[in-house]
Amino acid sequence: MANGHKKNHTKTSRRTAARRADTLQVVAFGIGVFVFPLVARRISVLEHYLDIMVFVGIYALVAMGLCLLMGYAGQISLGHASFFGLGAYISGVMTSKFGLNPWCCMVLGGMVCAVVALVIGGPSLKLCGHYLAMATLAFCIIVTVIFNESIVWTGGPDGLAFIPGLSVFGKPLESVASYYYLVWCAVLLVFVLCLNVIRSPVGLALRSIHDSETAAGAVGVNVAKVKITAFVFSAVIASVAGSLYAHYLNFINPAGFDLFVSIKLVIMIILGGLYSLWGAIVGAGLITFLGYEWLHLFEDAEVMVYGAIILVIVIFLPDGLVSLPGRIIRRKRIP
Amino acid sequence: MDPTTSASQLLQYAITGLTVGSIYAMVAIGFNAIYNVTEAINFAQGEFVMLGGLVMVFFHITLKLPAVASFPLTILVVTITGILLDRLVIRPLSKPTVLNMVIATIGASFFIRGAAMMIWGKNPFDLPPFSGRDPIMFLGAAIQPQGLWVIGFLLVVVIALTLFFDRTIMGKALRACAVNVSAARLVGINVKYMVLASFALSAAIGALGGIVITPISLMEYDRGPMLAVKGFSACVLGGMGSFPGAIVGGLMIGLIESLVAGLISSGYKDVFALSVLLVVLFAKPSGLFGSIAVSKIKKF
Amino acid sequence: MKKRWGVEKAAALLAVSVAWIAFVLTPAAEVCAAQPYKVGAVFSVSGRASFLGDPEKKTVLMLQEQINKQGGINGHPLEVVIYDDEGDSTKCALAVRKLIMQDKVCAIVGPSLSGLSLAVLPEAQKHKVPMVSCAASYKIVTKNPETGEQWKWIFKTPQSDSMAVEAIYTHMKKHGISKIAILSVTTGFGASGRGELLRLAPKYGITVVADEKYGPKDTDMTAQLTKIKGHAPQAIVNWSIGPTQVVVLRNWKALGMNNIPMYQSHGFGSGENIKLAAGAAEGVYCPLGACVVADALPADHPQKKVATAYAAAYKAKYGTPISTFGGHAWDAFSLVVKALDAVGCDCTRIRDTLENIKGFVGQHGVFNFSPKDHNGLTMKDAFQMMVVKNGCWKVTQ
Repeated sequence: MANGHKKNHTKTSRRTAARRADTLQVVAFGIGVFVFPLVARRISVLEHYLDIMVFVGIYALVAMGLCLLMGYAGQISLGHASFFGLGAYISGVMTSKFGLNPWCCMVLGGMVCAVVALVIGGPSLKLCGHYLAMATLAFCIIVTVIFNESIVWTGGPDGLAFIPGLSVFGKPLESVASYYYLVWCAVLLVFVLCLNVIRSPVGLALRSIHDSETAAGAVGVNVAKVKITAFVFSAVIASVAGSLYAHYLNFINPAGFDLFVSIKLVIMIILGGLYSLWGAIVGAGLITFLGYEWLHLFEDAEVMVYGAIILVIVIFLPDGLVSLPGRIIRRKRIP
Repeated sequence: MDPTTSASQLLQYAITGLTVGSIYAMVAIGFNAIYNVTEAINFAQGEFVMLGGLVMVFFHITLKLPAVASFPLTILVVTITGILLDRLVIRPLSKPTVLNMVIATIGASFFIRGAAMMIWGKNPFDLPPFSGRDPIMFLGAAIQPQGLWVIGFLLVVVIALTLFFDRTIMGKALRACAVNVSAARLVGINVKYMVLASFALSAAIGALGGIVITPISLMEYDRGPMLAVKGFSACVLGGMGSFPGAIVGGLMIGLIESLVAGLISSGYKDVFALSVLLVVLFAKPSGLFGSIAVSKIKKF
Repeated sequence: MKKRWGVEKAAALLAVSVAWIAFVLTPAAEVCAAQPYKVGAVFSVSGRASFLGDPEKKTVLMLQEQINKQGGINGHPLEVVIYDDEGDSTKCALAVRKLIMQDKVCAIVGPSLSGLSLAVLPEAQKHKVPMVSCAASYKIVTKNPETGEQWKWIFKTPQSDSMAVEAIYTHMKKHGISKIAILSVTTGFGASGRGELLRLAPKYGITVVADEKYGPKDTDMTAQLTKIKGHAPQAIVNWSIGPTQVVVLRNWKALGMNNIPMYQSHGFGSGENIKLAAGAAEGVYCPLGACVVADALPADHPQKKVATAYAAAYKAKYGTPISTFGGHAWDAFSLVVKALDAVGCDCTRIRDTLENIKGFVGQHGVFNFSPKDHNGLTMKDAFQMMVVKNGCWKVTQ
């Protein structure tokens, strides 16, 4: 999967151009986030979409972290549903059983996930390709079994209900719109954060590892350290997303964090576009809306149509949905 | 040791483990066949097993054809499905990176599962066992005759494949692809054709697995993913691409599950099996029988 | 990174596609003559719990057709909006919110699973919409287990798992069984049954000598059964659903353990299972609701008439025999219809009516609701203890 696209600009002009594009992206994104509820409120069919958009935002958070790890550093992970789940369960159990403040739990979840990611990431990230996929998959299955079996804490397969919601400055976030803004502000924040990481020397190191670990090591990149940093970073984001999920839905069960969710997350970033943060967001949007809303139209054929959509995108848009506009433009220019 | 654990119980656990492990091994062999040529994991492998069981139900129970006729017909139908998977999904990929191929097979597995649900519905189906349901008593352990068939068919697959890889041109060409695809292309092997052959081969093995396991465990449309995950674990444990590795990996996982369920805790049996897998991987990153040198050549 | 494409253009394209989808999904303007009564339903029609949701959906659609054929409820056509939650909590919550906010239904039937019912119950409470769950856990209706206070807006029709367990334990006690082994599947259904089995065992003087589990897609349970055999229990209780409960029976017979009586959960209630077990189900005990064993009931049984009618109509329409779970939806939906018939489409009045329904003959018993009891069933009429004899259900004492 060599990724040798080089531009023939000079170094500085390339950097300023990239910065300008970044700012533009963030501003466009921010406006889109702000405007959507205003539009949705006026169209009765879209009213319900705001609710789904909250989940899109939550999955987009996880997907962006995963995109940094998979798209940029080239390390596959089928274990991110577990970090997502660990965050959710730590928040859920700590708030509902011990009455801790949800925000503290979110921080606690992030810290626990960072430690777990360090511990399992150390030996796992020495593996490559399918072996790494299997190791993370095994981690994911083990965590699901633990969620299922520790019934006293987690409620077992039936799940944990009545998790308290979040409140900001003592004011509970009750309406869907308020939660939407909270989640999407987080998405915007992580988006900016990830963009900065990508543009920094760390981002360059990540991409060098993606292309060739040996070469990256030879030019002085501390391969192991950079890989584990990306892994921990994405695990913490997933954990925070998990906390947001638990407090919004007020309910969690192991099925929400099993290996099929891990696979779904990978499908998101690949269908969206592996090499772009936008891809993670677009992919999260596509898969979430398909799964939670649009596929219902097909009733019994739902699973088949889902498969067909994945196939069509991966066959005809191998670089993901984000490459679609570029392709259309290119086709127009060269008739 | 628990006083209730006797030698006959251990034997019982071992036999159960070997039966289940044989199925995992068959799935793992299927994974390897495709991995060796394409370097991708075919997540629809579990769906081949599911189709094997359900298509056999269609021929044998619904159409009431004799088992001797429905057996080859089933293998044929599933093999054609495998070929179609290559022609309609893998070959049209405009950018066949490993990840894209994996996602394509995941998409295909959804499609096949959805189609099977439309055709057969959601209920489980049964097949009559090949030679009755009366268990054979052996040293105090009850052996299901069908379990022996499962292990027997694994042996048949192993022998047939060994002959195929050693004695036939096509088998040798597949082996060449396994070592190095680009080099194989240079010596004039039609790699596209080999990809097709690998899909056909793994579909056929999967179908066989489905046919022999259905009389034991029934079969329904969504059995595939679980089998795929177990088979993938077996495949990685043994070392990707290694033919003996797949068999040892499959049998080991089956045995660990069964022994842990019997002796330690049935709730945590998957955890134990996967922990062993992780320990092996951390000690030997290319699996039990995989060679690091070979995995270095692979792009993925 | 690849060549950058214009962000503005991408955004425009996205906006256009969203607008297009919105346009496509907009339902055509409704022209309504007599205001239809709108009832919502959420079932796990597909996915991991499709064995529950599939018959439930079919039952509700069948009842809706029957009612509309007879001219609706007091002249109002009955409209049912059914969503499939696929056993997924997020989907379930979205579906319930959509039913309340967008479809503006006056009552909700479902969800199928206990966990999901607990997940969406606060939503129904908050928006004051009556919800009649088709899931078993007593927690769904009981707000406070100590005082027995019920959730104001929530009802449920299935018997609690504890009732099935008590039926089994009562039967065991009568036959002098005091040492049992438990087998359960690691899903919500199995975990809930296992929990009740362990909780109630001391009350009946029963000791649990083995507590084994297996996964919902496991291929063989010989190992678990062999271990149980080593503990020599007087009976085995298996709590699962789907193919595994049949595989357990086959392994049980193959291991020559049929001298140890086997009790299955009420999830075993389908003739299909006896057939699939291929002779291995002989002698299995099982507590069942009246509807699945309608034929075996004595003629003077209060539920004989409704149960045979439902079984016949379902068989005629879908060609498959009914299951326990379709019966829960029949009860839930019929109760809502009864309330609609009495007071029309008004959430508060439907709730008040439901709470006071007495003597309603359903598929799973005679329901007597009260502010203290939102399930309305007692153990006595909820379960029949059945045994498999010559491939058929027989009533046993």
